Amino acid sequence: MATRTTSATKRQRPVFLDLTQIEMPVGALASIGHRLSGVVLATGVPFGIYLLDRSLRSPQAYRWVLGLCDDIAFRIAAIVFVWALSHHLLAGTRHLLSDVDIGSQLPAARRSAWIANIGGVAIALLAAGAWL
Amino acid sequence: MITLTGLRAWLVQRATAVYMLAFIVLFLARFVIAPPRSYDEWHGLMSGAGMIAATVLFFAALLTHAWVGLRDVVLDYVHVVALRAVLLPLLALGLVALGTWIVRIFWTIGG
Repeated sequence: MATRTTSATKRQRPVFLDLTQIEMPVGALASIGHRLSGVVLATGVPFGIYLLDRSLRSPQAYRWVLGLCDDIAFRIAAIVFVWALSHHLLAGTRHLLSDVDIGSQLPAARRSAWIANIGGVAIALLAAGAWL
Repeated sequence: MITLTGLRAWLVQRATAVYMLAFIVLFLARFVIAPPRSYDEWHGLMSGAGMIAATVLFFAALLTHAWVGLRDVVLDYVHVVALRAVLLPLLALGLVALGTWIVRIFWTIGG
């Protein structure tokens, strides 16, 4: 682990990190969304494994898992999860393509960032329309 | 222990991503084309040898991917070294526990 440098010159650099004031390019929003959705997905993993475990144990437990869909709180959590998964997969695919030099020029990168940002929300809205 | 830093972390993050993307697409397609309609169908789907292997590999990829990603998040936002020294082992322990859980699920189902 690298220790943080705290030389005089470094401490005197002006720092402006007011996120409400910084005008964020669309790529920055895609990037923050990718990170946020990743944390949401990771948080969901233990619950997902728990449900997988229950669903495979017995017909009763399987029905209990399906019955969770009647719970409005569960549906809302599922919609958030759908947003996180959609955004993460879209933004991730964007990264993978960019690695092989597809869409890494700025105009294309901005377009694909818009697609990831709007696509994730659009798919979540579709899920909300179907489940709420 | 293999250290997942630098170029290796970058490569691991992408290899696991590609595998998970393929798995998710195929799994969703299977659900759209022929959704399991009962416990028996669901249990049958998940207990085939190929499915067990593919799913266990999926979770291995997922937990490795989560380690690289969450470790980066911790290193970016937690600057107190002592706190990192607590959070990172806890994170690793949690991910290993989840992996053990997955192995137990499919060990049981595989009989």
